[in-house]
Amino acid sequence: MRIYASALLSGMVFGLGLAISGMTDPANIQGFLDITRDWRPHLALVMGSALVVSGLFFQIVVPRLKGPLFAASFMMPLASAVDQKLIGGAALFGLGWGISGLCPGPAIAGLAYLEPKILGFIVAMALGFKVADWLSAQMVPKQSVQQV
Amino acid sequence: MIQGSLIGGGLIGLASVALMLSQGRIAGISSITYRAIFPSALEPWALCFVVGLVLGPLLLLITTDFVAPVFDGSWTTILIGGFFVGVGTRFGSGCTSGHGVCGIGRGSARSLIATLTFMIVGVITVFLLGLVV
Repeated sequence: MRIYASALLSGMVFGLGLAISGMTDPANIQGFLDITRDWRPHLALVMGSALVVSGLFFQIVVPRLKGPLFAASFMMPLASAVDQKLIGGAALFGLGWGISGLCPGPAIAGLAYLEPKILGFIVAMALGFKVADWLSAQMVPKQSVQQV
Repeated sequence: MIQGSLIGGGLIGLASVALMLSQGRIAGISSITYRAIFPSALEPWALCFVVGLVLGPLLLLITTDFVAPVFDGSWTTILIGGFFVGVGTRFGSGCTSGHGVCGIGRGSARSLIATLTFMIVGVITVFLLGLVV
């Protein structure tokens, strides 16, 4: 039970952070990416302050711990290759991010606003997940796609 | 706005810490969403996290004078954008949270390169869109 309660609570704090920071407003995201016109630099502060907290934790605290509270071990991503799949995927993500002003976290958190477009975004994103899986299966048979 | 950015960012970092500390998992929302919406990949903790992700802003809406943002982008840009975000985060193994906050925080070169890539392409995309619209 504790494992699910802690996941729920982590999600709530994450969602609260996204809403308070302005990340759930597509205008803020596109304003942040619009460096040549009317730049809104605030999201650099959001990412900066999030990184200070996560960086200190991952660099200083995690190495001193035996494992997480409610699971067997820390599950860190093992992939280290910087390949075409990583770069191409990140580029496609950047394209979609710029076009819509939304990334996965703010989209899910944005469901709270009961906005039909948010649901549409998530359905389109889910379709994209499946198309990527299908394409991966075509390119490299029997190799699974790993995510961070 | 600056205070909101700093506090909100701090909460995002804190939530990532809480998830790693409790479950031993990276707070990468694209991957967690995948594990919450597809029955074949379903992991209960991921579903709990996603439910919490919606409850957070909902709580803010109900208990404070927080106003929900306006989504004035067209359906076309929302759907096309969503599709590319889906394909791209699956191929690229993560998004702003998994690569940008957790990956760079862990000191992963892969995540740093992914983050720089989607930032640069995002900037170029918005610049080009501004020329058209």
